Amino acid sequence: MSSRFQTILFSVLVLASAIMGVALWRQLERAHQRLLAGRDSAPTQAPQVAPAEQATLLVANDTDGSMITEVQSLPLPKDPGARARVILGKLLDLYAASDGAHPVPGGAPSVAQVFLMPAPSLTAAAQDPASARVAPKLNDSGPELAIVNLTPSFAANHPSGLETETLTVLSLCGTLHANFPRITQVRFLVDGQVRATLAGHADLSHTHLAVDPAAAQEAHP
Amino acid sequence: MRWTKFAIAICVSACQFGAAQAPPTPARFVVVIDAAHGGDDSGGTLSTGQPEKAFNLALGVRLRSLLGARGIQVVSTRDSDTAVDPDRRAGIANHANAQACITLHATDAGSGVHLFSSSLAPAAPTHFAAWRTAQSAYVTRSLALAGVLNSALLHAGFNVTLGRTDLPGIDSMTCPAVAVEVAPERGPDHKITSALDDPDYQARVAEAIAAALLEWRSEAGRP
Repeated sequence: MSSRFQTILFSVLVLASAIMGVALWRQLERAHQRLLAGRDSAPTQAPQVAPAEQATLLVANDTDGSMITEVQSLPLPKDPGARARVILGKLLDLYAASDGAHPVPGGAPSVAQVFLMPAPSLTAAAQDPASARVAPKLNDSGPELAIVNLTPSFAANHPSGLETETLTVLSLCGTLHANFPRITQVRFLVDGQVRATLAGHADLSHTHLAVDPAAAQEAHP
Repeated sequence: MRWTKFAIAICVSACQFGAAQAPPTPARFVVVIDAAHGGDDSGGTLSTGQPEKAFNLALGVRLRSLLGARGIQVVSTRDSDTAVDPDRRAGIANHANAQACITLHATDAGSGVHLFSSSLAPAAPTHFAAWRTAQSAYVTRSLALAGVLNSALLHAGFNVTLGRTDLPGIDSMTCPAVAVEVAPERGPDHKITSALDDPDYQARVAEAIAAALLEWRSEAGRP
């Protein structure tokens, strides 16, 4: 024989179980509806790919220390920084190819970011170092400084040597200037930090002047 | 009194004549050999497994003995496996008042011998030069030295490339300075025909550089 108290407790527990069952069932239905709604909002058309454009690459050759201009057609984004990154990535993909004349492992992922900003005056900075710390005013038509952030693995795996490292730096600078004539200065970082040399030889501690491909070839015939 | 003045005048004239006729005291022809890297800085690791610093030092020692045998005074920035920072290397070169400064490097990339001069723009010599750009007053002479080295190496049958680059040590040197980077010699199919660890290849490179420096000395007109 159960007491009255036990009967009431049992009834309450049964009622609570029924309420919880109903609540769970409703939540299951809502989750199913959310899933269906998500499926409905999935794109039914392929995303638009940026149109292919021509990019000029300054490709280095270790055998004779030369650089040749090569025009490639590839999809390029509108944002200048992303555009520069894609172009430099294409250049490094050529170097990473097994039959490359300037073998450098890594390829496109070696360029982590490219930032473009108004270029500070090198003369003014040399005469008054304090002026270099003042943020330059934005100018839509003025010269630009490109900051190229390379990955640590790229620097770690780059072949060591005066010629090969110099060619890499010159070709990256020349390629940027060929596609963005307003880029007159290039600064290289590795993992966001200033690094003394690329792989023991080419000096990365200062800002490089980006020059015309013809002038670069003259400097390194 | 008149005879005394006459005698003095003759002596003065004779001294002036002698001074005009005697050859000027020649400056010694000094070459600085700068074996790059050393100590903790190994440079690259060559395909032979040898660190670049060891190859550079071995080539420097070989070149020093060749030049010494030809009566050229040589100053080395390092004679053992020790770390020497770029400013110290430039300081040694500048203190030596050298007529040629040769920095030695080695690499597996490319073919033959790569010659590099400073990428600084030429500038007129001044009494006080900025340390980081002191080489700018010597760039023209450095390019001429690179030309002499190029001729000698080509004459010896090497594949030579010429270039200009930023090198902290060389950019502070007040002497005609060239960085010589030795790579394996490769055939048309890019296969190595003379490896860096080939003693004969090293000897040929050293002989060609020594011949170029002899030519440079004769052009400078110094003993």
